[in-house]
Amino acid sequence: MIDGLAAASIICALLVGAACLLQTWRDRPVGVGLLAGTGATELVLLAQVVGAVVEISRGQRADQPAVFVLYLIGSVAALPAGVWWSLGERTRWGSAVLSVACVAVAIIVVRLGQVWEGTGG
Amino acid sequence: MASASTDRPAGTSSGPGRILVAVYAIFAVAACSRSAVQIATEFDHARLAYLLSAFAAVVYVVATVALTRPGVHWHRVAVAACTTELAGVLAVGTASVLDSSAFPDQAVWSTYGGGYLFIPVVLPVLGLAWLRRTAPRPDGTTTADAPPAPTA
Repeated sequence: MIDGLAAASIICALLVGAACLLQTWRDRPVGVGLLAGTGATELVLLAQVVGAVVEISRGQRADQPAVFVLYLIGSVAALPAGVWWSLGERTRWGSAVLSVACVAVAIIVVRLGQVWEGTGG
Repeated sequence: MASASTDRPAGTSSGPGRILVAVYAIFAVAACSRSAVQIATEFDHARLAYLLSAFAAVVYVVATVALTRPGVHWHRVAVAACTTELAGVLAVGTASVLDSSAFPDQAVWSTYGGGYLFIPVVLPVLGLAWLRRTAPRPDGTTTADAPPAPTA
């Protein structure tokens, strides 16, 4: 778990999520810009997975390893699932769905950090 | 999945309903994984709370599936799931406030979903309101097809 990447992914997810809400408000479907932003966020999340795997292979352990791995999987699965569901309807509601996925990613990464540090449930 | 959904009458998973399905799906995945881990690793720690979490997980899965399926049958299933969810979150929430010793660890529905930003108590209300709006009519249209009522 690399703190810098965690912070970067949360910031990226919240920025893309805000842009999605703006597009929802402007009655626009998900466009290339939002997809690019989502892709960039996903790359940061994937880098986090690599970082976490390296740290675990070096002997570091999360307080609850099973929960940590599930959150790690969730962190990289949420955006592809959100993109798939949002592209099913090319209206403002597709943009709204992507914003939900982005907020979910931000929450997942925060929880990921808590589980790694052993704080919180 | 619903392709060319713009040509169809508004279903439960189109328009704002897509957000509803997304949030239900997140809760289905979250509640399933959480309760699976809890029951597998520390079941004796808080049996009641973990069993209730597992029940909540099943309700979220049923609601998610039912909301994405068209037809009168699935609409009824969705209403039943949302109603069960609302009753569950109110009952478990009240019980957890009155007797916190029975809930040593957070369940999804304890303190009215307070551990989950109170989304569990808001979600079924929004779900039932949306299902009421998209209720199938005998003529095959939905109430959402009617022009919106003027807001007074």
